[in-house]
Amino acid sequence: MHLDMTLVLFLSFIAVTLGITAWASRRSGSSASFFAANRQITAWQNGVAVAGDYMSAASFLGIAGLIAFFGYDGFMYSVGWLVAYLTVLLIVAEPLRNAGKYTMADVLAYRLNPRPVRAMASLSTLTVSTFYMIAQMVGAGALVTLLLKGSHISYTAAVTGVGILMIVYVVFGGMLATTWVQIIKAVLLIAGTILLSILVLAHFHFSLPEFFQAISQVSYHAPDGKLIVKDFMTPGLRFKPPYGPLELISLGMALIFGTAGLPHILVRFYTVPDAKTARHSVVWAMAIIGSFYIMTTFLGFGAATIVGRDFIAKNGGTNMSAPLLAKAIAGDVFFAFISAIAFATILAVVAGLTISASTSFAHDVWTNVIHRGVERAPGEERMVARVAAFVVGAIAIAIAIVLGPTANVAFLVALAFAVAASANLPVIVFSIYWKRFNTTGAVCGLAFGLLASILLILIGPSVMGIDAVTVFGAARHPIQHAPIFPLENPGLLSIPIGFAGALLGTFLGAKDLHSVQRFEELEVRANTGLGSEKAIAH
Amino acid sequence: MATLRTTNNAADVGKSKWDRVQEMDEFRLLLLAKREFVIPTTVFFVVYYFALPVLVGYAPEFMSKRVLGPVNLAYLFALSQFFVAWGIAYAYVRVARKFDKFGAHILETLKREGYDENQGGKRGL
Repeated sequence: MHLDMTLVLFLSFIAVTLGITAWASRRSGSSASFFAANRQITAWQNGVAVAGDYMSAASFLGIAGLIAFFGYDGFMYSVGWLVAYLTVLLIVAEPLRNAGKYTMADVLAYRLNPRPVRAMASLSTLTVSTFYMIAQMVGAGALVTLLLKGSHISYTAAVTGVGILMIVYVVFGGMLATTWVQIIKAVLLIAGTILLSILVLAHFHFSLPEFFQAISQVSYHAPDGKLIVKDFMTPGLRFKPPYGPLELISLGMALIFGTAGLPHILVRFYTVPDAKTARHSVVWAMAIIGSFYIMTTFLGFGAATIVGRDFIAKNGGTNMSAPLLAKAIAGDVFFAFISAIAFATILAVVAGLTISASTSFAHDVWTNVIHRGVERAPGEERMVARVAAFVVGAIAIAIAIVLGPTANVAFLVALAFAVAASANLPVIVFSIYWKRFNTTGAVCGLAFGLLASILLILIGPSVMGIDAVTVFGAARHPIQHAPIFPLENPGLLSIPIGFAGALLGTFLGAKDLHSVQRFEELEVRANTGLGSEKAIAH
Repeated sequence: MATLRTTNNAADVGKSKWDRVQEMDEFRLLLLAKREFVIPTTVFFVVYYFALPVLVGYAPEFMSKRVLGPVNLAYLFALSQFFVAWGIAYAYVRVARKFDKFGAHILETLKREGYDENQGGKRGL
């Protein structure tokens, strides 16, 4: 029964979003419309879309699961996601909107030597987007098969289906369709979360004291069968010394400095008419994102107290906490609804990643690096972006299938944030605010940040580790050796390395008069909007 | 009000619009006002945010102290982060209204002096 219901909801979401794509495809006749939705998205629309791009299945299912299993330490994850938007609001969004056109690299290329800077920035963008996408796709495949257990949809079919849909949204609907897919998904996600929170509260007779009392006595069984009763409000269930506290700080750094360097978030600010709208859209996004993460209290602790760790562990593991909670308090129909929201969440996020990756390839690599800023035929850039979206999508599908549903891919998300924080953010900030900054500094900053992030992940506990003989296949650590770097999140070390690279390169490189002059232009443009890209009327 | 230190005839100086804005007192004031808000606020929110993992990580007993029934200090401090972030966003939007006024005024002055806002993005007129 719930299976049919879930399928019907999945299919309705697909039908609605394809309808939007068809509508958008008739309107994306120019580059500004394909890449930036004609810069006509309003503040609230963009705010909701930013929230949609940002709240991935990892947030919805992952954090609820972490709280259900580790209590307070899981909730710690929730906090950084909102605070990170202060960096976006105060430092990056407005100057970026005023100075750029389609991609993050536009801001760097404004005053620096465009070809090397764009090539490096695009490499970093493609790294962040593809790794993040692969993580989402593997998660999507595993999740869809779990949610539709009993149907005959295999992991491979699920991954391929999700991949094809995201390609269709981007190739035919461009930024306009992608934006509306995000908006619908974000509204569904918030509606589902509010409903679930109210139901959890109703379970505790709408009494917060009763709810928190239950949290202070959560019981479950240890692997050896012993009954354990714990206060789930107490910190330290997951992050234990010696490295636990450092891991928390490192994760926090990746969020606070990385969010403002995520290419798929940054491109959203090009879809609004001006810097003021960009600012207001961040505030809208913060209202939604903050409310959502506060409500993870009800989702996570609700699952811990109402469903229980034992039951979740036996029925799909941490990621199933929220759907199982829905089933426990409101039955199969609500389970189907929450599952459909999780599905919509994944689709929307991968579509956002696909468009930012393909825009960067077409605009940065193809037009500006290879053809020195000249579009040889009208519409060429758009055509290349469509092909790139197809290729990126196909590669992501293939890799996700090869890795398989049991692969441990959480580290790819950590890697994406680490690269965004260590490579992208330092050079964005220096380009906008530091007069002396030059091309050598930008290339070194991007290269150091990128390499440090990848290297530290490779020698960290996500990749290196010694598994018991009972662990098989893709779930095993790729390198069977004790980890050299102790943290899963490399931010603590890689972010300072990225900044140091940018500083070092700047001082070692020659003083660049052109860059200094163009900085004065950039400063005027970023702060007043003089000469910025305008919205296009129909 | 913009203080005009040079002749307000753009054509005779041949100065680019960027240079013209750079030398306006009003533009200097805008940059200063932004800096005065953004730098201390950023320092504050970064310190306030990282106080959470540091305290929770290195003083877990202290943070586990129950203050409101079963609710402990750790949870309340984490929750406060949301409201502090929203508060800062609100304060910024209010201050930024002043920045917008400065910006609009600078563009008006340019227009009055005969500069064309839409002409090129390059140096020179």
